[in-house]
Amino acid sequence: MAPKLTVSRREFVKDAGGLLIGFSLADSAVLPRVLAAASPGSVAGPSPSRLDSWLRIDKEGLVHVFTGKPEIGMGVGTAYAQIVAEELDVPLDHVQLVMGDTASTANQGGVGGSTSIMLGAKPLRNAAANARYLLTQMASRRLGVPADQLEVKDGLVRAKGDATKSVSYADLASAGDLNDALKVSGDGFGLNVEGPGKPKDPATYTIVGKPAPRVDLPPKILGHFKYVTDVRVPGMLHGRLVRPSGVGATFAGVDESSAKAIPGFVKTVVKGNFVGVVAENEWAAIQSAKALKVTWTEPKQAFPEQKDLYAYMRSAPVKASKETLKRGDAAAALSNAVKKVEASYEFPFQSHATMGPGCAVADVHTDGITTVWSGGQKPHELQKGFAELLRVPIDTVRVVWVEDAGSYGRPGFEDAATDAVLLSEAAGKPVRVQWMREDMTAWGTKGPAVICDLAAALDAQGEATAVQFTSRAFSGGETHFRPGDAGNYLGAQLTGIPNTTGVDEFAQWGVEAPPYAFQNIHAMAHVIPAFYDSASPLRTTHLRDPEGPATSFAVESFIDEIAATAGADPIEFRLKHLADPRAKAVLAVAAQKAGWDTRPSPKKAGAGGAVATGRGVGLSTRNGTYVGTVAEVNVNRKTGTVRVTRFVCAHDCGLIINPEALRTTIEANLIQSLGRGLKEEVTFDRSNVTSVDWITYPVARASDVPDHVEIVLINHPELPSSGAGEPSSRATAAAIANAIFDATGARVRQAPLTPARVKSALDAI
Amino acid sequence: MSAASLKVNGRVHRVDVDPKCPLLYVLRDNLELNNPRFGCGVGQCGACTVLVDNRAVRSCQLTVANAVGKEIVTLEGLENAGKPHPVQAAFIAEQTFQCGYCLNGWVMTTKALLDKNPNPSDAEMRNAFESLVCRCGSHVGIFAAVRRASQSAKRSA
Repeated sequence: MAPKLTVSRREFVKDAGGLLIGFSLADSAVLPRVLAAASPGSVAGPSPSRLDSWLRIDKEGLVHVFTGKPEIGMGVGTAYAQIVAEELDVPLDHVQLVMGDTASTANQGGVGGSTSIMLGAKPLRNAAANARYLLTQMASRRLGVPADQLEVKDGLVRAKGDATKSVSYADLASAGDLNDALKVSGDGFGLNVEGPGKPKDPATYTIVGKPAPRVDLPPKILGHFKYVTDVRVPGMLHGRLVRPSGVGATFAGVDESSAKAIPGFVKTVVKGNFVGVVAENEWAAIQSAKALKVTWTEPKQAFPEQKDLYAYMRSAPVKASKETLKRGDAAAALSNAVKKVEASYEFPFQSHATMGPGCAVADVHTDGITTVWSGGQKPHELQKGFAELLRVPIDTVRVVWVEDAGSYGRPGFEDAATDAVLLSEAAGKPVRVQWMREDMTAWGTKGPAVICDLAAALDAQGEATAVQFTSRAFSGGETHFRPGDAGNYLGAQLTGIPNTTGVDEFAQWGVEAPPYAFQNIHAMAHVIPAFYDSASPLRTTHLRDPEGPATSFAVESFIDEIAATAGADPIEFRLKHLADPRAKAVLAVAAQKAGWDTRPSPKKAGAGGAVATGRGVGLSTRNGTYVGTVAEVNVNRKTGTVRVTRFVCAHDCGLIINPEALRTTIEANLIQSLGRGLKEEVTFDRSNVTSVDWITYPVARASDVPDHVEIVLINHPELPSSGAGEPSSRATAAAIANAIFDATGARVRQAPLTPARVKSALDAI
Repeated sequence: MSAASLKVNGRVHRVDVDPKCPLLYVLRDNLELNNPRFGCGVGQCGACTVLVDNRAVRSCQLTVANAVGKEIVTLEGLENAGKPHPVQAAFIAEQTFQCGYCLNGWVMTTKALLDKNPNPSDAEMRNAFESLVCRCGSHVGIFAAVRRASQSAKRSA
């Protein structure tokens, strides 16, 4: 049975971490002990230098793990459980996790950059290894057997060859405090701890590397799981927002009379240009926000006409520049080229458009403890930002991460939580806010639009001797991807707090696309200024694999264009210009699995029927992860409609923790990025984003899903794990564009690859 | 506000609500049934799907007044005596979904589809699902789960 849904706030706080992530805290004493360590009136988090800040074993032998990393839907929680169970030699189902509660977990920087396993698992692995070390020492004293004569199986420590001498972890842990000082290094994503206990040799693993069913899926599918949308606290009101009539519009007045007539309406909250309503129930809040008559000044015409976006970007001043690759003299090689290939690629603003619009509950007490329940993937950053926003000490703010819909970066869940904080502060009651669909799609943050210009030189033998790359893009961090400042949040900006958090983040060849080993190479990246500094619906930040799909769409398409000009097979051409054996391996494995037909593109014109077929490839290299993706497509020559019929994806992310969850994550990555490549484009007019729902911001649907999706996992137990959350998003759009070219000879250089753009490229042949 | 009787998961509930209120908010906020989820509020994503007289219906588009007198089933109502419904078992076996926020729509729509057509073709399945959104892109696992559930529906037929 599902636990009772409404609990008192106190109980809720006490059990929040355990209950909400879908695991029960069998020993309810675990969390309060953590809280008791803090001083009264404080919800300060635990010190990473204590072993028991990371891991505790209760009297039933259950292992409670405390991590600042949330689960955002790819199974990282299950992988963590595997890693801890492996080091401790306990059954997997004995490991339970508390994730992302600032009061009971160390600050690991939250989720980002596909680092949850690569970096975030390290302190957990080391804490578990040290717990095992400590327990073995305790068992050695208890049993009178030297530690090196002991072995552990299923949480039972026993003398090798003498089954009569044994003691369980549960008995050892209940006899004394399982704690030790650990050496701390790094912070944020890089936070690590070490002690005398060393982790196992990966060659001896029995749990890590084996498929493990994800622990969160049965409760989700059976309907027992609690998302942040399901948090209820006593006395909670419901809030909704009324956004400005467009970018830069300022509040000029409000007529509450029609909202006041709605049963359940409580009050209107106005703070600068921040306007919201609170009501006793959700429907009343929705109705009230709709009924409220707010007058705004004329919005700014801050955006160009959408059709002029890329022309505007080319004419905009450059704000910052960065050289990302330089070898030899590309300019000289280009001026001496026998043949030159030049092409420009354009990638639009895209929206996180999370499945559920952002939701949060805030219970603000500026003279006491403030609690915020949010699905934002960096809870410790939110704690910092909300303390600044409320002007209270950080140790009086507790952010409890509770899973929301897949966040894929900094989608606006942070802004929804801010709205709840502002409304709760004004109402003096806990307030739940869930954004409406248009709040999420139109007013959520965006991935930046990117232009990449490329040029290549070919010599008399048709060999590519030089490649030059220049990107011109909006920064990927106009709103900082670490939401740790009050000025970071949309609602705060509307109240008048300036956005001072932006950084220049570039679309970089060499980082976001493979650095091929051409003899002469030069890559420059330029960032252009934001359209508008504050509270803009076209403000950018991290969206899954920031700049990766855009930069890779350009580079991986262009490599194909050079190969075609040189009359080379796209995979053979890549292999020839790659030095890294792992990059070569994913291409070779994908080619073999796909039954790749080795020949130059485009395919020789066939019978010329309405539907052309072709195959294309894309390579992604990202922080130690390598992905080779082959796409097979049908292209309707009359309509320009593209259907991907098959994906083959070879994926190498070093040591694999959970092959089953990895496979499903890659599958989903491929489908999501198929949508980004074929359909997703934020639309706007001079003052507003006009993508407001799933019709005006289409994503992949059932009819878009290929008939065959085949994943080949390449495991390297001898190498550390690298990331898997983002790398297979990266090369999909290019693989599809390359397949369209292979099928038809038409090159589409503007994403998404809509029927209109494909048709126009076909007509231009 | 007015009193209404709603039959949900076999039990009759009396609620005092605006009769024009979409069923979704009454299920969530008055009855505390969490699985019909708000995704768009405009019937474009299916996250709020419930069964109404065995048909998959978007509860954000159905007023309370129009739900009175109907048999309403939510995801919470699929388990039978603690045993997962075969459709749920199939999704669990296939390890379908990433975040799972959308899964209510897919599971309920699959249940309605297979009740009517235990052995849908690929085209029939895609057609039944075209109006659902899974933002994470878990469709490959979803299709596999539907095929698995279809097999088990055939076996028990």
